[in-house]
Amino acid sequence: MSERENILGRIREALTLSADVPGHKQNNLLQVVSEEEAAPHIHEWLPAVGETIEDGLALFAKNSAELKTDFRLVDSLEDLNAQITEMASGWKKIATHSGELTDAVGDKLGLPVCSTDEGYEASDLESCDVGITQCDCLVAQTGSVLVTARSAGGRALSVLPPHHIVLAQRSQLLPDLPAAFALLEERYASNYPSFISLITGPSRTGDIERILVLGAHGPKQLTVFCL
Amino acid sequence: MTTPVHQFHTDANRAAQDLQQRAQIQSALSSYETACEARKSAFRDWESARQTAAEIKWDAVNHLDQHLREFADKLESRGTQVHWASNEQQARDIILEIIRSNNAHSIIKSKVMTGEEIHINEALEKAAFDVVESDLGEFIVQLRREAPYHFVFPAMHLKRGEISELFNRELGTALTEDPEELTMIARRVLRDKYITADVGISGANFAIAETGMISITENEGNARLTCALPKVHIALLGIEKVLPRLRDLALFLPMLATAGAGQALTCYNSLYGGPRQPDECDGPEEFHVVLLDNNRTQLLADKQQRDALHCIRCGACLNVCPIYRSIGGHTYGTTYQGPIGSVITPHLRGLQDWKHLSSASSLCGACTQVCPVKIDLHHHLLHNRRNAVIDKPVWREKLQFAIFRSVMNRPKLYRFCVRIGRLMQPLHRLVDGTRLDPARGWTQTRKLPRIAPQTFKDFWRNRK
Ligand code: SF4
Repeated sequence: MSERENILGRIREALTLSADVPGHKQNNLLQVVSEEEAAPHIHEWLPAVGETIEDGLALFAKNSAELKTDFRLVDSLEDLNAQITEMASGWKKIATHSGELTDAVGDKLGLPVCSTDEGYEASDLESCDVGITQCDCLVAQTGSVLVTARSAGGRALSVLPPHHIVLAQRSQLLPDLPAAFALLEERYASNYPSFISLITGPSRTGDIERILVLGAHGPKQLTVFCL
Repeated sequence: MTTPVHQFHTDANRAAQDLQQRAQIQSALSSYETACEARKSAFRDWESARQTAAEIKWDAVNHLDQHLREFADKLESRGTQVHWASNEQQARDIILEIIRSNNAHSIIKSKVMTGEEIHINEALEKAAFDVVESDLGEFIVQLRREAPYHFVFPAMHLKRGEISELFNRELGTALTEDPEELTMIARRVLRDKYITADVGISGANFAIAETGMISITENEGNARLTCALPKVHIALLGIEKVLPRLRDLALFLPMLATAGAGQALTCYNSLYGGPRQPDECDGPEEFHVVLLDNNRTQLLADKQQRDALHCIRCGACLNVCPIYRSIGGHTYGTTYQGPIGSVITPHLRGLQDWKHLSSASSLCGACTQVCPVKIDLHHHLLHNRRNAVIDKPVWREKLQFAIFRSVMNRPKLYRFCVRIGRLMQPLHRLVDGTRLDPARGWTQTRKLPRIAPQTFKDFWRNRK
């Protein structure tokens, strides 16, 4: 018999005795909130998010400030390009992927580009000063950016260079985590990307005396532009 | 060889007297406590969130066979190789085999507690592979050749000076007192390793049955690099990590971050559902998931303690535990420290050898109160004590209690004993706390109260 069958067999055997549901003295399943009932409630228990898109933007900005994410609302592509050009002084090489927004800025900088679209050398990507990506959505509740292998140019582009710039649109702002997971299901359920990540602030560590240090292994800087 | 209980007592004695270290742990944990309280109060209803989390984990664990089958099938359908290991040895063999068949030499690891459980580093080093921990805390304790002090904060017992000296000695870097510079040293050293490593080994915080994905929570980005750059990715996880649905993460991710580190959400929460797919530009060519039993099914079979498998390893119960704070992480001598370690280690590694951990508790219940999935930890410690005695009665204690019972049931005898005790007590001073003392277990660290000059009954009878 395979080890899989051995283990599953032991599990089935172990589960012949049923265990009490936590918080319920008797094993009375009727009292338990079933998942179908619980799921709609989850968002009611998580931290509050305002009603309007303005509330959402304000909350995202507040969370970004706490997380040390550089969050910038921009009015137009020109504005975006102007701000990125200003940041770019000192950059020697940028990394990016093709996309509606990334194409609109990448070309304008006139710097050598490492594009991840068709694959890349890790050492080449490592030598870039910045990784510019798009995303699936922004989450106001936690100040997070949701990226996938498909939306953000693969797995490493958003983590290997020392600065990660996210280009997003206002319409991509979602209120909370349940909404972000619902979006994933809606967008990808038939064929999920092999990599999905919720990025919440620049890379950090507290492993030395619990003192916060940014840029542990991932980017030291995270900039989120929202058009 | 010293037994676990002997080692525990010696180390506990030493650690409890190391006031400097205790102060460091206290201060690290008190800032955690403030952050954690603030995060909990940001939840609109933390208690309901806990209850739902507990129920979802109950469902996951009590239908574990169905969920695991779904998890494995989904993964396999997208090109992942799923391996099943009943014990440590099998898990090590599977991992070594994958590495050998890929002709790999250098291995980068992100934090994987199950790896500590199966002693994978020792096995890899013995087989002459080059293996490096990439999580900063794990990297530090690996250089010190010591076990993690805490399964969430592995190097919390060290001062920056010690880390600086360690780096100076092992890596030849200049001494510095700046945590940022120390972090950057590790960053520089490890960058090369990611790029040249052939194999990345990670753990997983959750296994999503519905979509066949593992979920990894981290702050540093080391796990993301480990899972992105090497051409082979191996994830090692316990079979209990399952969550039924993807959307369950909307609850579990913020709860894990809140309870574990006082964060709203950990910096990176990443899901991996396969090797690089045809339309993708990077990621490993091979993705292996190793599912480890290692006596978890035995704990599963104990219906009273099954819920200990609901644990999401947030570490909150360690952080609030007065025992952990006094004796520190290494004293436990286990992969999982603190209350949860004391509860599960007897199941994973043998009740009689590890039952002493269940007695190292004040039963204050702080652990139970903070557990985000509502595991009744302090009662489980009592269950372990009970099971240990049923399994192997302690005759001396049995005899003591038999005598106690018979005295308590006979008022005359009781009165006689009290009188004798009162007369004899002054003599006790001669042997107090020494080896000859019959009450040594008590008097070594505590004072024996004086027997009152008269009993209440005497007083009542004699009053005018
Ligand atoms: S037992 Fe509860 S509090 Fe302790 S680590 Fe597990 S989930 Fe966290």
